Amino acid sequence: MANKRPPFWQREQYTPFLLLLPAVLTLLFVVLLPLLFSLYTSFTGYRLIRPESLWQWVGLRNYKRIFADGDFWVAFGRTIIFLTIALNLEFLLGLGIALLINKITWGQRTLRTIMMFPMMFSPILVGYQFKFVFNDNIGILNNALQALGLSDGAIPWLVDKYLANFSIIFAEVWMSTSVFAILLLAGLFAMPRDPLEAAKVDGCNPWQVFRHITLPFLMPFVFIAMTIRSLDVARAYDIVDVMTGGGPAGRTELLWTMIARVGYDNARMGQANAMAYVSILLSIAFTYYFFTKLLAARKYMGGAE
Amino acid sequence: MNRSLRKQVGAVATWLLTFLLMVIICVPGLWVVLTAFRPNGEVLAKPPVWIPENPSLNNFAKIFGYGADQVAIPVPAYFANSLIIALTSTVIALLIGMSGGYAFARYRFRFKNGLFLGLMLSRTVPGIALSLPIFMIWSRIGLIDAKMGLIIVYVAMNVPFTIWLIDGFFRQIPKEMSEAAQVDGCTRWQAFWKIEFPLAKSGIASAGIFAFLTSWNEYALASNLTRSTDSKTLPVGLMDFTAQFTIDWAGMSAMAVIIIIPALILTFLVQKHLIAGLTFGGVKG
Repeated sequence: MANKRPPFWQREQYTPFLLLLPAVLTLLFVVLLPLLFSLYTSFTGYRLIRPESLWQWVGLRNYKRIFADGDFWVAFGRTIIFLTIALNLEFLLGLGIALLINKITWGQRTLRTIMMFPMMFSPILVGYQFKFVFNDNIGILNNALQALGLSDGAIPWLVDKYLANFSIIFAEVWMSTSVFAILLLAGLFAMPRDPLEAAKVDGCNPWQVFRHITLPFLMPFVFIAMTIRSLDVARAYDIVDVMTGGGPAGRTELLWTMIARVGYDNARMGQANAMAYVSILLSIAFTYYFFTKLLAARKYMGGAE
Repeated sequence: MNRSLRKQVGAVATWLLTFLLMVIICVPGLWVVLTAFRPNGEVLAKPPVWIPENPSLNNFAKIFGYGADQVAIPVPAYFANSLIIALTSTVIALLIGMSGGYAFARYRFRFKNGLFLGLMLSRTVPGIALSLPIFMIWSRIGLIDAKMGLIIVYVAMNVPFTIWLIDGFFRQIPKEMSEAAQVDGCTRWQAFWKIEFPLAKSGIASAGIFAFLTSWNEYALASNLTRSTDSKTLPVGLMDFTAQFTIDWAGMSAMAVIIIIPALILTFLVQKHLIAGLTFGGVKG
């Protein structure tokens, strides 16, 4: 009688939850719990040098302060512009590269492998590499320009307001375009030949074939790439930290470098956590948007569930 | 005639574009590699020296503590820390990811999509934003500047993506295979280890390599949660070179090469499975 039903951990309907338990527990302990603590801290005047200030409730003061702070909005706006430019460039270049490599038959494998290199570079290395390339005095870019007689002075790539932001976007695009290129190439390989042939027989020109057959078929792959990218956009922090550290004079400050400066260098944890929350909401909104797009595209493709 | 000419122009344009692309991808990295083999004086030379005149391994010997003028940067310790932290966190993340990925691939349950989305969202939290509360908590429970502190964080960072990949690999294996094994008298556990695990093995290995690289390359959290040779990893150590007024470009490049070599080797091993896993898991979900 007592052993009529198996204990709950052996019942079939609980198995998936049991299997997921370690993952859920890890994320609760390392992500959710800290985020709740950080949410609390954003309502206090916590400074690292005065531990007792952790209990000093200040309500919305941190949020009011950062929203009234011009520098914060400049960094926020720059982050949005940075993401918009970088992601669109990565998508367009990735699409172009995928179409290009799809055309090539000889040496395609090698090209694909080389294309994956930047993806595996640590962002900190990408940053260092381009700090070196763009260095005004000894960088390979200025050296090459001077050797070719295209410029006679040292162009301050990492100091000038516009050039520095350009250099950082260049590094970011260099690092992440391959995510798009690789996934879109996989999409091109998976594409059925019949509709393409049919369209050609019906007299479509190459642009029409691309616009109405290839591109719609590739869209789910675009959204996978966007979703994967949205998981790690904040890695740009590493690049900026090495290349310029947000400087000179805050000219390349992004939301993420600002959080680090306020939190660790100025030791104002409460305020930094308030900023961190803005950046978290930004990332989540971003991922959520592309994830729902992905689900919609999946349904359209007729995938399972 | 006109048609074949156009075709030729197209072919030439394709090759030119491809060549340009490869130059942009390869040259910055090659420049760093070349610099790793030249003395620092040559880096600063004007006019620039393009190909190293006396290539040598001096920079590597120096950062590993051999040679006349020792650099006070403990690279061997950083290397060991990186290896221990990345390996341990990868193994744990794989175990957790296999169990979670199997659940998503083989079971239907309530909140399935919600749970999956939740796992993914947890991965989107920017490292630097997450580092603030973890720094505060870790410093209270003594995990600052400890390898264990970073290992725990990296496990959590890798679990969502590992689950995504492994879920995709398990889905590619027909359910009927393990069901047949169960009909023949295997338990589900035995069916998993005898049928499904061997088939998904290479996919799981590539998920592992990906997790390893994420930990190996991570900087935003490591730079704030580590202090000394007890736990500092290579990417954090790279910044030691810039802390001084003069940047030791040659030494820094040598260290960059040391960081990138394991990553490149692993990339070769992983590429095929990684692409398959990402697209399959995503499209067919």
